[in-house]
Amino acid sequence: MSVLLDARGLTKRYGDFTALDGVSLTVSEGEFVSIIGPNGAGKTTLVNIVTGLAPPTAGQMSFRGLDIVGAGPVTLARRGLARSFQLVNVFPALTVAETLAVAVCARLGRGRRFWSSLGADRAVHAEVGEIAAVFGLADRLARLARTLPQGDKKLLDVASAFALGPELILLDEPTSGVSTADKHAIMDVMVGAARRLGVKAIVQVEHDMDIVFGYSDRIVALHQGRVLADTTPDGIRRDTEVVATVLGKPRS
Amino acid sequence: MSLRLAVAAALGALALFPLAGRDYYATLMLPFFGYGIALLGLNLLFGTTGLLSFGHALFVALGAYTAAFLTSKLGVLDLEVILMAAAVAGAVIALPTGLLCVRYVRIYFGMLTLAFGMLFYSFLLKFYAVTGGDEGMRVLRPRLLGLAWTSFGKVEFLTGPFYYYSLAVLVLGAVVMWRIVRSPFGLGLRAIRENAGKAEFTGVDVRRYRLSAFVVAAVFGAVGGALLPIPTGLADPLLAYWTHSGNLVFMLLLGGFGNFFGPVLGAFVFIVLQDQVMSITQYWRFVFGAILAVVVVFFPQGLTGLLDRRQRAGT
Repeated sequence: MSVLLDARGLTKRYGDFTALDGVSLTVSEGEFVSIIGPNGAGKTTLVNIVTGLAPPTAGQMSFRGLDIVGAGPVTLARRGLARSFQLVNVFPALTVAETLAVAVCARLGRGRRFWSSLGADRAVHAEVGEIAAVFGLADRLARLARTLPQGDKKLLDVASAFALGPELILLDEPTSGVSTADKHAIMDVMVGAARRLGVKAIVQVEHDMDIVFGYSDRIVALHQGRVLADTTPDGIRRDTEVVATVLGKPRS
Repeated sequence: MSLRLAVAAALGALALFPLAGRDYYATLMLPFFGYGIALLGLNLLFGTTGLLSFGHALFVALGAYTAAFLTSKLGVLDLEVILMAAAVAGAVIALPTGLLCVRYVRIYFGMLTLAFGMLFYSFLLKFYAVTGGDEGMRVLRPRLLGLAWTSFGKVEFLTGPFYYYSLAVLVLGAVVMWRIVRSPFGLGLRAIRENAGKAEFTGVDVRRYRLSAFVVAAVFGAVGGALLPIPTGLADPLLAYWTHSGNLVFMLLLGGFGNFFGPVLGAFVFIVLQDQVMSITQYWRFVFGAILAVVVVFFPQGLTGLLDRRQRAGT
């Protein structure tokens, strides 16, 4: 298995506050990795740093052997690293098809074309149709994103990240705000989509332990900005410290 | 379909208009053509990309002074060359100013564009030797399509060859802009308007796209601006003054920035209304202020928004 993402000693300080303290994360092809931890453990900070939203205070990161510290989201997307967001993040007045087309155009390098008609671009349409079908959005292509139900918005956000054709995708709480009954369905869609669209690895931040233990090959537990454990689901279950700080119900 | 019909009807009416023999109204349409082109550019920034410029008059004035400089200082009279030169000047000035401006959004972007506009206004006013200061610069009658049209008197020239030339440039500008808005690049701009953060993570290089839109808008502003001073024969520094930028924004809001043809319609209504109201009262600015207030409060989508709504209601 070749290594996709290799991050070492990532540290992020905001003034006196240390959000991440020397976190290392390695993701290889074929892996499904979950990042867990209590609120404020640094999960989203970690994802934000890896995906270029914020620079690390210290540490190294490489993707497929290339240094990615300081590389912005556009460069990362081109190299094969995409993400979705914890809060619903859509283009309200664009349709489902247009939203996916933004990503497909970026992937196919159409962005600089200001003189060709998007409406007549069959390659873009074909890919948009394919991705929409994989995510069950094919019958909603002409709907404006803002008119979609919450679950579909979430799915559209994830679908547009998949439409970039990434090798590694980072999902920040892909099922937050979705009813428990729908969570497994959404996860199945995403895992299936990853397989069909050639996404080689998934990293997710997740609170729902059913989902975490149901899908992960490996679990990284964070606590107060440090890695508490980085092992298999079974290993996590056996780790009493993790069980106490992350899984256990704190008494109030 | 009804849009095509409306555009065809408007084009037909504009084409036949000079034949009606009302020269006054035909010359009134000339600034409309120039403003129409400039506003297509302004709306690429605001309606499509979501950046409101309060300094678009800079580029309109730049085009006007390019026409003045070429005709009266360099003796270049061919309008094709003048329009090209204006486009190049617009792009050359827009690149460095745009690089600074597009680092900011919303009111900060607006204020910075306003500042650059006022800087250019000061330049026009103070560099007397080059620009003629507050007296402005003469713009000589240009040659169209390589011809001087010497047998045409001034009014004949303006309501004849120049009228149709300007109309053709507006149509050409609209076709070019139509294609830009419907291209993959145009989709990227709309994505930025809707959610710049998400656009960045969807592979859209937000800075570069915004800068490109800024430059294209400037080119349209300068080309439209180059046509503006020809009827009067004078380019004056007030073209770059901030109230002129304000007028451009007014036209945009009046016509509606959400519709491709909104800004062009806005320019038309503004020109006609200004002419009519000015002939009635010297307090026309007061009337226009009231109109602007009504538009913003009751018809934020402008006139085209109003028409769209009626159409959707089926009336």
